Amino acid sequence: MVSRRRWHFLLQLAPLVAVALLWEALSAAGIVPENRLPPPTHVLGGFAELVTRGLPPGSHLLGHCAASLRRVLAGVAAALVVGIPLGLLMGRSTRLRTLVNPFVEILRPIPPLAWVPLAILWLGIGDSSAVFLIFLGAFFPILLNTVAGVLSIERGLVEAAVILGASKRDLFVKVLAPGALPATITGVRIAVGVGWMTLVAAEFTGVKSGYGLGYMIMTARDIQRADQIVAGMLVIGLIGFAMDALIRAAERRLLRWR
Amino acid sequence: MSVDLRVEGVEKRFHGAADGTGRVILGGVSFAAPAGGIVCVLGPSGCGKTTLLRIIAGLETPDRGRVAVGDRLVNGPMREIGYITQETTLLPWRTVLSNVELGLEFAGVPPEQRRATARRHLEFVELAGFDDYHPKQISGGMKQKVALARSLAVEPRVLLLDEPFAALDAQTRNALQEVLLHVLERTRTTVVFVTHNVDEAVFLGDIVVCMTAQPTRVGTSVEVRVPRPRDRTGPELNALRKELLAFLTEQRLASRPARGEPEPQLPGSAVASAEKPPEKARAR
Repeated sequence: MVSRRRWHFLLQLAPLVAVALLWEALSAAGIVPENRLPPPTHVLGGFAELVTRGLPPGSHLLGHCAASLRRVLAGVAAALVVGIPLGLLMGRSTRLRTLVNPFVEILRPIPPLAWVPLAILWLGIGDSSAVFLIFLGAFFPILLNTVAGVLSIERGLVEAAVILGASKRDLFVKVLAPGALPATITGVRIAVGVGWMTLVAAEFTGVKSGYGLGYMIMTARDIQRADQIVAGMLVIGLIGFAMDALIRAAERRLLRWR
Repeated sequence: MSVDLRVEGVEKRFHGAADGTGRVILGGVSFAAPAGGIVCVLGPSGCGKTTLLRIIAGLETPDRGRVAVGDRLVNGPMREIGYITQETTLLPWRTVLSNVELGLEFAGVPPEQRRATARRHLEFVELAGFDDYHPKQISGGMKQKVALARSLAVEPRVLLLDEPFAALDAQTRNALQEVLLHVLERTRTTVVFVTHNVDEAVFLGDIVVCMTAQPTRVGTSVEVRVPRPRDRTGPELNALRKELLAFLTEQRLASRPARGEPEPQLPGSAVASAEKPPEKARAR
């Protein structure tokens, strides 16, 4: 007998395999033209080539992944460092919230990609530009969720801590931050998704180092390799999925008390 | 007996109206709590007992009057005054033990020492062995025991309790009342215990302060000269209970016209007349 968990996993895998087989069959029958959407076998071949030979030759897939991941992590980390403290302060102080909210509400709807020209003007083409764009995308979900998290903490909890002698610092570190954490984590999940989205687009506009998944996909387009384009897209999807799974695992650990 | 807590002429308005007048909640409340004594504040629901306690705790400021602990005026929350409410204020992400450690942690007590102190207080409230549980995993009664241990661990001079057992079933409530008395025997903390439950007030209190309906003042103050352990159903407490219930009923009737809610007497409405004894109402 297979365990419940494994059964669940197999059940999730089945439709994926089915679609891949159907896709392969449609391709083989000539219904889907190969040069537009290459069949899974070609994509796998393209993937293997990305791993072994690299694109451009010498720039291997792992290097592209590492470069992209580094940018996302740097951007999200910067968003955490600024967003969490500011969110905690804004959640606690109505006055600060009133002062900062207009800026948040005007800046937030601007898509990170609309910042590309300014980013290039300020920081040039390269890593700092990409990290800046990711920061912009990741900042608002973290900020707003942390604010909402603080506001969701019951007043009694804060009052009890103050009566027990909590200093301002204690209050932020030991009551507000952990109290807001469930919401903050939700913000981080959204932030990583937005950051990842922003990253690939930012890399389309160019990177200096010659590494990055977005850059790799654009290179594949330049040489008309649809199989490698699709392989690159799937790699992005899988990494995004893995990152979210990691955050969810961390969430389960951190929020075991719920 | 020396006085530990003094509440003097405390007034509070609810500033709801735009003209700044507002409804008077507390109309000059004064009473004193002797050191180590238990004062039960008894009053009709909605009479402002919670507001009064929040003012004593320093969480709200009175419009007039003052509160003093020993010779210190209360002008904000302070560790000398503990405060326990009906709803749990335990930090849900902390275990039972680390919740009890909280106040000691804020005071900078080293980990080993505060753990020992916290454990000792958990034993006082008969809750040893639950150190690593989270609040979610324990019952309502146990949560209130943890809250009690947490408050007492910082050794406050005065402990305020706002209907702490109101959400518990009768059995648990009785058990917790006894735990409270048991702990207080050891700590000799001065207690102000707010309740709407006459049984609870006469069982726990050295003094029962009975509030009037709004605007709230102290209507009557009764000293309970019954030695502990007290017999809940003994003649002394029964007599007191009768007296206090009569006072509360009087207050409820007195508050009717003041609130301006003339209740239409439906013909044959047994429910409406049961709440308002008809003879008495007519006599007034």
